Amino acid sequence: MIKNGLIFLVLVGFTVILSGLLINFHGSEQLNPLAGHYVQNGASEVGAANLVTAVVVTYRGFDTLGEVTILFITAAIVGFFLKARKEDENRERSLRKTSEILSTASTLLVPTIFMLGVYIFMNGHLTPGGGFQGGAVIATGMVMIIMSRPEVKFDHGIIAWIESTSGVGYVIIGVLGIFLAAGFLDNHVLPIGKFGTILSAGVIPLIYVLIGLKVGSELTNIIGSLKETQNEL
Amino acid sequence: MTQYLTLEFTAMVTGFALMIIGLWGLLTRKNLIKIVIGFAIFDTGLNISIISMSYLKNRTAPIIDKSIDASNTINLFVDPIPQALVLTSIVIGVGVTALMLAYVLRMFREKKSLDINSYTDLKW
Amino acid sequence: MMNMILALSFELIILVLAIIAIHNKSLKIAIIATGVIGLFASVLYLLLAAPDVAMTEASIGSGLTTIIFFYVLNKIRKTND
Repeated sequence: MIKNGLIFLVLVGFTVILSGLLINFHGSEQLNPLAGHYVQNGASEVGAANLVTAVVVTYRGFDTLGEVTILFITAAIVGFFLKARKEDENRERSLRKTSEILSTASTLLVPTIFMLGVYIFMNGHLTPGGGFQGGAVIATGMVMIIMSRPEVKFDHGIIAWIESTSGVGYVIIGVLGIFLAAGFLDNHVLPIGKFGTILSAGVIPLIYVLIGLKVGSELTNIIGSLKETQNEL
Repeated sequence: MTQYLTLEFTAMVTGFALMIIGLWGLLTRKNLIKIVIGFAIFDTGLNISIISMSYLKNRTAPIIDKSIDASNTINLFVDPIPQALVLTSIVIGVGVTALMLAYVLRMFREKKSLDINSYTDLKW
Repeated sequence: MMNMILALSFELIILVLAIIAIHNKSLKIAIIATGVIGLFASVLYLLLAAPDVAMTEASIGSGLTTIIFFYVLNKIRKTND
């Protein structure tokens, strides 16, 4: 009874805090000065048509590097906790047969899904999308492979190699920015190019390809470890 | 009344209500997977309320193309910074959810139970 | 005005689904309700002029999260719910 009362008090307190925020909220008419600078000068300074990409990769590139690191750490801890025991690896698992429709459709759909993912992160600086979305789409394609062919063994070595190579490449491009351009992760390492074409905006397409590969392999790794751990009960 | 019936205000109310519902689930449910679901709902509500702060009336998404007057972007675009933050926050959210579910699997392996009341090792 | 009506109906659906997700006894229904919340939230992001966030939420929030939840539920395999 006391416990229920405490929970009720916590919820009421949280509601009071949030309603205090809500009363003071009224939609503003103008952008604040920092956002105004990004919106006004983003196209000329960075050369990306999608200004969200300009903020994610260049203006706040250091945050994105930290964010990719957090994702790497969570994938590593999931893999550590769900490590399959030795005797489980050798035991023959009885696998249910997948349906004919799923296995036939996956041969057609998986290459298309991969192509969509690559398209999304190649065009991150021109259209909505980017490395995170493209990486998630590629991981979804890998889930489809796992579901349609459960007997396929994952090669964790290749996934780990792709993941670490793209991470190191991201940092190397960032450090090159110190020597060849204005600072860490500046995108003027390569020429800016013509606005609105696919090879423009300096190193942004390159960085987004690397982020896409890294995010895709990390999410695939999480799902692969969940698949390979032994069943309970 | 009409001043409250705007896109950003109702979205913010929805986000806050989702946060309260998620916290309620987090505190009252006994099933471990239900607790993780409450956490995921809290996460979605937080993201919706941050995005509703970035919205300005009658403006479009911050992407420059042929139909946009490139010299007048400051009066045409919404705020891109909260969008960039929420973009990364969603990806971190799925990582943290997967981590919590891995803990749940590991705890289930020890006690063969999903009920939070059977985990009394740290209780005094 | 059209946007407003759409947004209000989506917000109502999201809140109802959230209460179902917490209150329903069945874990399967709760997980699917969480995935559908992500799907409607992504349309709401599109109405709030954030297409990048909408894409992320549609592919991650409603796709991958649901798959991960179901993998864990399948591993635990409780028969009663």
